[in-house]
Formats: sequence, structure tokens, C-alpha cells
Amino acid sequence: MTFIPSPPDTMQTMTAPARITLEDQVDGAPRLVLSGSFLVADVAALDHDLRAIEAASVIDISALDPVDTTGAWVVFRLSRDLGAPVEGASEGAQRLIAAVNSCDDHVAIVPPELPVQVRVPETVGASVVELALGTRELLGFLGGLVVAFGGVLVSPRRLRLTALVRQMELVGVNALFIIGMMSFLVGIVIAQQGSVQLQQFGAEIYTINLTGRLAFRELGVLMTAIMVAGRSGSAFAAQIGTMKLTEEVDAMRTIGLNPMEVLVLPRVIACVVMMTLLGFYAAVVAIIGGAVLAQLGLGIPFLTFMSRIKEVVPELDLWVGLLKGPVFGLIIGLAGCYQGMKVEGNSEDVGRRTTKAVVQGIFMVIVLDAFFAIFFSKIGWI
Amino acid sequence: MNQSAAAHPAPCDEDVAIRIEGLVNRFGDHTVHDGLSLCMRQGEILGVVGGSGTGKSVLMRSIIGLQKPAEGTVEVLGEMMGEPAPDGDDIRRRWGVLFQGGALFSTLTVAENVAVPLREFYPRMSEDLLAEIGCLKVALSGLPEDAAAKYPSELSGGMKKRAGLARALALDPQLLFLDEPTAGLDPIAAAGFDRLIKELHETLGLSVFLITHDLDTLHEICDRVAVLADKKVIAVGTIPELMKSDHPWIQDYFAGPRGRAALASREIKTDAAPARPAAGNPIDSHPGGEA
Repeated sequence: MTFIPSPPDTMQTMTAPARITLEDQVDGAPRLVLSGSFLVADVAALDHDLRAIEAASVIDISALDPVDTTGAWVVFRLSRDLGAPVEGASEGAQRLIAAVNSCDDHVAIVPPELPVQVRVPETVGASVVELALGTRELLGFLGGLVVAFGGVLVSPRRLRLTALVRQMELVGVNALFIIGMMSFLVGIVIAQQGSVQLQQFGAEIYTINLTGRLAFRELGVLMTAIMVAGRSGSAFAAQIGTMKLTEEVDAMRTIGLNPMEVLVLPRVIACVVMMTLLGFYAAVVAIIGGAVLAQLGLGIPFLTFMSRIKEVVPELDLWVGLLKGPVFGLIIGLAGCYQGMKVEGNSEDVGRRTTKAVVQGIFMVIVLDAFFAIFFSKIGWI
Repeated sequence: MNQSAAAHPAPCDEDVAIRIEGLVNRFGDHTVHDGLSLCMRQGEILGVVGGSGTGKSVLMRSIIGLQKPAEGTVEVLGEMMGEPAPDGDDIRRRWGVLFQGGALFSTLTVAENVAVPLREFYPRMSEDLLAEIGCLKVALSGLPEDAAAKYPSELSGGMKKRAGLARALALDPQLLFLDEPTAGLDPIAAAGFDRLIKELHETLGLSVFLITHDLDTLHEICDRVAVLADKKVIAVGTIPELMKSDHPWIQDYFAGPRGRAALASREIKTDAAPARPAAGNPIDSHPGGEA
């Protein structure tokens, strides 16, 4: 009873190409004769011609071989649209036509889309609402984090020490090379550009002040924050987001584990601690970069550069950098974990949320940095 | 019987869908297949069984070219895998694959998923025809018509499998690979899926390579069953033939409590119930009921 289409290697030699013929008849509409191979590949090419046929009295498919479901569907559609009965169908073709006639081709294959004049305001409105709700939710998330942190303070045994150390390694230790590299080069650039300008006043010795203060106050911690947001903020969002998709987060909840405590807290603490340390490390490496440039380009000996740093960089600058580090770390960790926990639906959402985590993290870090700059100058830490 | 349970499968005759000879697959030091040979005929439903970790999925992956074998040859529908096709004819036009979880593209609707292989191989196909074929395959795979415009995340597990089947059928393949199609379905949905595959097999003349753990599926729809154990195909044959084998794993599998239960239910069904509705107009008789 089975209808086996002949394999294509024999097909090329044995079967005729698809052909459409309209045989005029004495009375009434012409007779439509379909013949040859009517497989999906043939139909794709013929579909346009077939749709152009306006009337037929009968569809003769006695010479149609081989045929597959797509071919059968086209025959069925023609017969239905033209109101013409099908004649001469082989047993296999009959079976296929019977199989496809349950299909309704007027079903939409994508969800309906609104017209553009409605869609644009709707999208804008939805984004505004989402922004407002998102800010509230982020605050709520921060609150949840504080509660979890409080819980850990009350009973320190609930802190996931292994996870914390692991995250510290991923966020901090593994980033040492790339952040060192970046800071070293930035230090060289600052010293070089600064010295070119200062030389005009014969004040290239101030390159040391410029490099030292800039590295400790701003550059070390800011560049590190951007790198950590790109490396770790994105990783947090993608990891937690994937865990949401595979229902691991739900599984944790049912076992009685609090995802806030198990997933978010170790990551955020690691981010806060390591951002502080990495910011300081980056500042030091940037100064070394500046010193190397000064030795090679300006003739200031390396050790002189270093001892001058001690004299010209006030201790306050160190504290400014060390204060900003943990705040930036908190923001990056929070944005990454929050966006990860918000993932739902599909893999596309993981990508979207990861992007958001990085953009949100870096943007908020820069906004806060501007705020810090004004704040510190107002309280006289300049 | 004598040929079936023998260590050497019957020689490959003419209508061969898949011919595997001396297949070796290794992951590091771990050898999954060691000199595996298998022959599948055109137009048959071949069930593949084996314990967990015997490499059923790896076997399927090496047949369809996702896993490059360390040694051995795989021939599918007359073409050697791993070699460029002589006339540029892409073997992938002629098979359909259903992965375990459906593996639907999550950013596309079900009907758009079906259209993906069609767009790839027939770029000139009109949008109207693409939409029609999308709906056609959705209906053929037994999904309700409103499923065509849904995204995979909106579907249940059983519906995802049917949607995956719809995509596998998009190009009207001669050969269908199914990786545990009924795993994770309720018995009613599983029976519906079995019936659907059987009907598609009869209507469209498909050859089906079916990996399964479901004894009911094996009894219900498979023409022959290949047993994977000891890194090889240890036996190929019909279930009655296999049950005469004295290999301990085969005995455990088919003559164990579950195997006997599946067999018994099959016997009751064939004895008592009237013969299953023969051929006729099978597919539109259940437009998507069991999903």
C-alpha cells in the first residue's frame, strides 16, 4: 500500500519534467493537464504560472508522477479554487490529496502586526512604562539583595563561601592580565599626551602629577568598571538568564534555596570586593605605564617618577578611588544579576538582557562618576 | 530467526536507505562505537534501542553528519557522507530530522520554522506558497491550525515535538530521523504520535530511523529493530526474531516486565479489538486532537 517516491538519482533519467497544458474544449472552460514530476522543487518554479490559470473544467493528473505533499497540495488548491474536479489520480496521488485537504491555507503564519501609526506610539509608551516599572523593580531587587545580605550577616554560615571565592576568581583574578594591559597602555597615553602639552610651558615635570592624580581618582577605577561590566556583568546576565530558561532557578526555589542568596549575593559581593581591588591595581599599573614612558620619552628616571608620585598625589585621591570602586562594583553586579533574573521566554531574550546589563552598568557607572566628581569637589576633596 | 539475531546483520540488498560500515566514534579515550555496521532499507521503519549511554544519539548524529566519525563509512540514500555530492545535489534536501527537544528556532513562529528549509533550498518560492506549505505541514503533523502563528515558547512539550516534525517534513523528505519522539509525552499523546508516524510512513512512503525507549512504539510501528550494545549493533530484526536471541540485554529488554506488558497489550489489542482502521483517509481523521 505504500507509495514510495522514486529516488532522485533515477528520477532525473526516468521522470518527465513538470508541464502544464491547457487543452481547449469545444464547450466551456479548457481542460488542465498536469504531467511529469510534481515535487516541491518543481512546484516552487511553477507556482506563479499555476496561480495565473483562471478557469478549467477538469484537472487531469493521470500523467503526474512522482508527486509529494506539496505537489498534492497545489493540485488540491487548484481544484478547490477553480471548482474543477481532479481526474486520473493514481492511488498514491489520491492518498496524498486526501491527506492534504484538511489544511486551511487562510491561517496566518505570524501573529498580526499593528499598523505603524499605532505601533510607534505603542512601542514608545511601552518603553516609558517599562522604564518606570524597571526602575522600581531594580530598587526592589536591591532591597531583596540587602535583605539577603542581612540574613547572611545574622547567620554567616548561609554565605556560599565556595561560590563567592569562585566568583572572585572569575571577576578578579582572571581579569588581572587584561586590566593590567589596558591600564598600562592608558598610563602611557596619558603621560605622553600630557607631556606634549606641558612641554609648551616647560612644565613636563607635572606629567607626574597629571598621571598620578588622574590614575588614582578617575582612570583606574573608571576603566576597570567598564572592563568588569563587559567581562562579568554580561557573564552574570547570561549565566543566570540561561539558568532561568532551563528552570534551574525554579528548581532552586522548590528545594528551598533562595536564588538571591545562592546566585546573586556571591556575584555581587565578588563584584564589589574585586572592583575595589582591581581599581587600585589598575591605578598602580597605569602609573607604572606613565613612569616607563617618562623614562623613555622624557628622560625622567623611573625611580624618581615613583618617589615624586608619593609627594604629589595626596592621600585623598587614593580614598576617592577606593570609595568609588565598591559602588561601581555594586552597580555592575546588580545590573548583571537583575537582567539575568528578568530573562524569560527564549534565547533571544538572554542576548537582549545581556546587552542591557552591560549598557545599563556602564551608563550608570559614568553617571555616578560625574556625580562623584561634583560631590567630592563640593566637600573639598580636590 | 537464524539470520536476525546473528551478530552479522543481513547483507545490504538493493533498496538501501542507510548503510553504515565499520563506524568508530571516540570522545577522547572513550570509544562509543567500535566497528559498528548497520543497514536500513528504503521504506521501512527501523527502531534503534539500547541502554542509556550506548550512543544512539551519537549514531544518529554521525549518520546526519553532525559528528565526524573517527573511522568507517556512512552512506545515506546512495551518497557517501563526508564527501561532496557529485552533482551538487544536497543530501539534506532529502531527509528530515526531529531532535529530542524539537530544536525549533525560538525566534520564529511554527509556520516560519517550517519555511526555513524551504527558503534555504528554494529561494524563488513565493511567499504565498511558503505560507500555504507552512500551514499544510502544521496540519499534517497533527497540530491545531492556530498553532501555526505561535512561537515555540508558547507550545507544550508534545506540541513542540509535532512542530519539530512539521519542520522535518518541510522538504517532503524520503528519510526521517526521529530522536526519541515519544519521550516525555503522556501515553495518549505518545500513541497519537505513533499513529501519526505510521500514517505518514504509509501515506508519504517515508523511511524512518527511529531512536526510542518506548516499547509500545517499537511494537506498534517498527518494521525492524536494531539493538545497540557493546559498542556495536548486536542484532537487527523483527521483535519476535529478537526475542529468540539469547543475548542477556535483549532478553532483559523485551522479556522484562515492561517488555512483556507491552507485548501483552499488543496481543490483546490485535485479538479483541477490530482490526485497526486500514489506510483509507488516515490523516484528516484526527486533526490535531492528541497534542
